[in-house]
Amino acid sequence: MTAITDASANIAAKPQSRTWLKLRRNKSAMVGASVVLLFVALALLAPVLPIADPRATDWGAIRQAPSAAAWLGTDEIGRDVLSRMIWGARASLLAGVVSVLIAVAIGVPFGLIAGYFGGWTDSIISRVTEALLAMPFLIMAIALAAFLGPSLTNAMIAIGLSAVPIFVRLTRGQVLAVKTEDYVEGARAIGLGHIPIMMRYILPNVFPPILVQATLTIATAIIAEAALSFLGLGQQPPAPSWGSMLNTAKNFLSQAPWMAIWPGAGIFLVVMGFNLIGDGLRDALDPREN
Amino acid sequence: MLLFILRRILIAIPTLILVSMFVFALQKLLPGDPILVMAGEDRDPEVIAMLRDRYRMNEPIVMQYFYWAADVLRGDLGTSLRTNEPVLSLIASKLPVTIQLAIMSMLFAILIGIPAGILSAARKGTWVDWLANLIALSGLSIPNFWLGIMLILLVSVNLGWLPASGYESLFVDPWKSLQTMIMPAFVLGTALAATLMRHTRSAMLGVLQADYVRTARAKGLRGRIVILKHAFRNAVLPVVTLTALLFGELLAGAVLTEQIFTIPGFGKLIVDAVFNRDYAVVQGVVLCTAVGFILMNLIADVLYLILNPRLRTAQ
Repeated sequence: MTAITDASANIAAKPQSRTWLKLRRNKSAMVGASVVLLFVALALLAPVLPIADPRATDWGAIRQAPSAAAWLGTDEIGRDVLSRMIWGARASLLAGVVSVLIAVAIGVPFGLIAGYFGGWTDSIISRVTEALLAMPFLIMAIALAAFLGPSLTNAMIAIGLSAVPIFVRLTRGQVLAVKTEDYVEGARAIGLGHIPIMMRYILPNVFPPILVQATLTIATAIIAEAALSFLGLGQQPPAPSWGSMLNTAKNFLSQAPWMAIWPGAGIFLVVMGFNLIGDGLRDALDPREN
Repeated sequence: MLLFILRRILIAIPTLILVSMFVFALQKLLPGDPILVMAGEDRDPEVIAMLRDRYRMNEPIVMQYFYWAADVLRGDLGTSLRTNEPVLSLIASKLPVTIQLAIMSMLFAILIGIPAGILSAARKGTWVDWLANLIALSGLSIPNFWLGIMLILLVSVNLGWLPASGYESLFVDPWKSLQTMIMPAFVLGTALAATLMRHTRSAMLGVLQADYVRTARAKGLRGRIVILKHAFRNAVLPVVTLTALLFGELLAGAVLTEQIFTIPGFGKLIVDAVFNRDYAVVQGVVLCTAVGFILMNLIADVLYLILNPRLRTAQ
């Protein structure tokens, strides 16, 4: 009996482990994961790393080129660029993850409801989603961030809300495909209620594409946060953020190009990392690739 | 065909109405009271009461929406608080600049993205494919405002080849106009080129496995002819519709590019309006972008129908 249970447990665990194995064999995804992990580690360890205070100004060392004392140089008021880069990673990663969590937390339930119940509920949710999708992501985020007031928290909320329709549409489409499956019919036949069916039978089966989309949306959200901070609608000075660092840097391009190079390179690398993981996950979760 | 277009327009109407509601709500949600801004520093209660009356601020919110929607349908998007100009004429004066930028970016994207996608699919698994994919991924990951800053640093500051900012109308001085727009257009076009490349590649890979391509090869046709005449013609369909859809997004993408290169277009208009709390302009720009986006969706659908004879007979 134990042997049978073990065997069935193995079979049950197989798709997940197969996905993991495929993901691990995907070199690009692993490179992406390493880059992201490196930045996550730097961001988490920022308080204990032996780096300068990101807000400490030094009027005797303004716009110093990279040197042994300041590896990535200093900015227009003598602050250490490396230190601000590492602390800025916190804002970017936090914004990417939190805004996508907001989008998933609102978008997925609405998508589930629209796809599962159909009819009028679906029509209303779908029309609202279409209308929201007609307003371009960044313009919507700018308008919302302007309404909420400039701050990192509000930028995250604005980006999260702007990304909601993406998840509503994706989840709805997936639910429509899954809800006619035999196992859902079976669950209904044994008298399960709507919520248990949605949570136990539908959600786990629509989860893979949502996970892929979430990873790719983190990449978009990081760029959006940097864009809002660049425009002055995100993280406020003197708190460090890659976007606001770039905003200041563009005024000192000929005198201190290093101020512009590093923050942008940071955004580029992290976004590329998430895109690589997202692409890898998509391939690993695609049953046709087996 | 006509029936399809008519049906498609009818479907777009509820979306447009909802968009107008969102845009109207946006005005109500924005911080600050526009009437107080209009009343100036004195804030004379009589003037405030008069302004509230004139702008129907004392009416119920639903009525305010209907009045606003009626004005919008008549082409009256309000007046800019800052310049006192009608919003519609303000948008109309900025739109050609952004459209020029968008068209040039699209040209860049098509000229780079589609050939790269074809080449990548035709040489699947080789270093060409690998390199094209890497460039596409970089194009998708690079923040366009950083790319813009880096190009200004390299091309304008270090090499002095092109102006770093400014704008000249194409009709006044075409050469100068192209000089000022070429860098922003390239910057705005990179992400699009990457998207087009990826879609062209996957569409081509699907088509290259089709029986008619195998037959064409079996007949002994040259590889290039098979790829361009047989495969690409069929793979180009989804790419064309995607291009139409992306054109709508370009209008939004222009926000940051115009900010960096100080181009007085649509994108800069909304950013300036947000900072000046010029509500009517923010509303007008969001509404126009959304209408443009819905219109491009409609064009994409119709284009798909025109280009795909199989769908036409199915109608």
